[in-house]
Amino acid sequence: MGCFAGLREVWRRGAADKSAERFCAPGLRGVPVLTLVIFLTPVGLGVLGTLLPAFGYFPALGGQDFHGEVWGRLWAQPGLAGAVRLSLVTGVGATVVSFALACGFLAAFHQRAWFARVQVFLTPLLAIPHVAVSVGLLFILAPSGWIVRFLSPWATGWQVPPDLVTVQDPWGLSLVLALVLKETPYLIVTGCALLPQLRPSVRMRVAASLGYRPCAGWFKVVFPDFYRLMRLPLVAVLVFSLSVVDMALIIGPGTPPPLSVLVLRWYLEPDLSFRFVAAAGGLLQLGLVLAVLGGWFLLVRLCQGVGDLTSGRRRVMERACPLWAAVALGLLGGLAVLSLAGLGVWSFARRWSYPQIVPDRLTFQTWVNHSGHLLDVGVTTVVIALAASGLALVLSLGCLELEKQRHRGRTGRSLLLLYLPLLVPQVTFLFGAQVCLMMVGLAGTWLGVIWLHLVFVLPYVFLSLAEAYRQQDHRYGQIALSLGRSRWAAFVRVRVPLLLRPLCFALALGFAVSVAQYLPTLLAGAGRLTTLATETVALASGGNRRVVAVVTLVYSILPLLVFGLALVIPTLCSQHRKGGRRL
Amino acid sequence: MSGERGALVLDRAQIVRQATADPLFPPLDLSIAPGEIVTIMGPSGCGKSTLLSWISGWLSPAFQACGDVRLGGESLLSLPPERRQLGLLLQDPLLFPHLSVGGNLAFGLPADVKGRAVRAQKVRETLVEAELAGFEDRHPDTLSGGQKARVALMRTLLSRPAAVLLDEPFAKLDEALRDRARHFVFDHVRRHRLPTLLVTHDPADATHAAQTHTHPERAVIRLGP
Repeated sequence: MGCFAGLREVWRRGAADKSAERFCAPGLRGVPVLTLVIFLTPVGLGVLGTLLPAFGYFPALGGQDFHGEVWGRLWAQPGLAGAVRLSLVTGVGATVVSFALACGFLAAFHQRAWFARVQVFLTPLLAIPHVAVSVGLLFILAPSGWIVRFLSPWATGWQVPPDLVTVQDPWGLSLVLALVLKETPYLIVTGCALLPQLRPSVRMRVAASLGYRPCAGWFKVVFPDFYRLMRLPLVAVLVFSLSVVDMALIIGPGTPPPLSVLVLRWYLEPDLSFRFVAAAGGLLQLGLVLAVLGGWFLLVRLCQGVGDLTSGRRRVMERACPLWAAVALGLLGGLAVLSLAGLGVWSFARRWSYPQIVPDRLTFQTWVNHSGHLLDVGVTTVVIALAASGLALVLSLGCLELEKQRHRGRTGRSLLLLYLPLLVPQVTFLFGAQVCLMMVGLAGTWLGVIWLHLVFVLPYVFLSLAEAYRQQDHRYGQIALSLGRSRWAAFVRVRVPLLLRPLCFALALGFAVSVAQYLPTLLAGAGRLTTLATETVALASGGNRRVVAVVTLVYSILPLLVFGLALVIPTLCSQHRKGGRRL
Repeated sequence: MSGERGALVLDRAQIVRQATADPLFPPLDLSIAPGEIVTIMGPSGCGKSTLLSWISGWLSPAFQACGDVRLGGESLLSLPPERRQLGLLLQDPLLFPHLSVGGNLAFGLPADVKGRAVRAQKVRETLVEAELAGFEDRHPDTLSGGQKARVALMRTLLSRPAAVLLDEPFAKLDEALRDRARHFVFDHVRRHRLPTLLVTHDPADATHAAQTHTHPERAVIRLGP
């Protein structure tokens, strides 16, 4: 990230720090600029491409002048108020519940012996795409899903699937549940990664020596600083939950849908004049996000005086917190396992009549029938994901290496810059980005899709790699140079092998992020390129659960497989080296 | 300020490294009367700090301990750390960075000191006692090392401990400050009649601490070779 900070300095002062630059590898000097151009161009031009049509300017569609009539049309759209309300309730609700559960879990169980393994266990779960979680949940919560089947007819008396709205409910509760199921592990894993900075065990030791019980100690001496560390990830979760499209399409209500889905509908209208309304809707989505963020920070500031940290109370929910955390997270874990198991069973089901808990007959037929199509879509998904994550890895390595050679550290502002694509709602800039891709002839091409994926993949790859790269002892490289090796040889033969594990992990993470991208693929692919994400969302609205289950399973397993490889390859390589391979 | 409960006693205390089953030191018997300071000295790795971790209830799973720790006749081993009433001062003063100096002191005050005004008054009095009057609203980072050490001790004393464990609390202070901080801490634990166990590398700490003991020859215990 120091590279971004470095670039800003260059812009501000107009000249580079020559003494520091002297010893940098010449090929690396342009990497930060290149990264920023690749990374921020779609966001910047995308926002502009949404902003201009929102005020009537879109020459290709006859909009030659700036005016505010578009906004009049937007306010007149049926269901707009309901859509905004729904986005607000589901987005804020899911974020608050997820954060409360993550904090409850950390407060209640951080001192347990198994806590250190939580991160290892939960991280691969994060690789399962949001869309797959939604489909799995849809299957088990539906009126003919597993939960009703387990209870019928002996407990409910229902001989046929009940006429109840259990998913896609008008209040968005099933959408909130799906979001909580996905975001809680993310916040727990991120929290586990950030917590060591605060030395929580030492703080807790001091608090305990002053008589504070474990939960009281955690909430009073760890949480205030923990919240400060978690602000950016929390904001990313809030923005995602407020503006999610793919999950809302599957498990959210349809009339009205959340605002983001409504905006997508306008954008995909055959009547092209709706593009203006969609652009204004995209900006409204951004306004909604900014308003919620403003309200959130105001509320936090107001609440700071309410919870008195120095009241002397030594107990805070000492029994309730572990109990509720265990019950809630146990239920969520159970739902996650049931969802995946449900998908597995459906994919092999031939005949599965209600209220049977397991299918009457099992078959491989659905897998066999769709293997050819799955292979096509799977290969497209893998190629795009490998290209995007590979490029992100190369750019991140270039920036980090330059940062190391310039002896520059990271800054909070550069972190914000890196988080930018995660902080701007996708519907606010992706429509504009698609227009830009069309103008340069990249819409519907591999390059266009990979480029838009890269925007979302790069932050995760960079953040995942940065800490390990910065902590690596630079003297290994110096020793290699002193032995007469070139810079390139020192980098490739010494530094990279030493970082193989974090490099593989970063690549797997980037792969998983790319595989999960729905809206970027839909818009940049322009219908010509289909990945497992777009295929799953398209099929989920159809009726054939067996086909949906097969595609969703492949979609879920693919990133897990890559994570598995990322664990195995470094281990194999280190064993190989122990066997005496020459460098 | 203290919650006096009697002597701190170690009975056949021994700590064993799980992996090798090697004891870190021979069985240790020790009794510290209220107001006395006993010093444990020894080279790095001899188990001094591990012993304090065990007494305070934070022994790492890499070790196993046997023997007993009693305070005023009651065994502490079945109690969780927060109910042992053992004040702890470490090398770092560890003032909480999200609280002001006054907030840190108020954090140590028990909940039965009720009322915002009463608690604030108590904090002010404590700051006067620590020669830091008017420092209530200061951030801990603005304090010198010696000032931080004094606030950390006062925070501990305000929580009414029944005994105090000192894990090289003066190691990070320079020579002049160390002497002043040592006097401050030792005077206070003696005045509050707290049995105190001190772990240190510094012979000067041991010499000063021995002056608090009725039998100075028994005031220093050496672990290891």
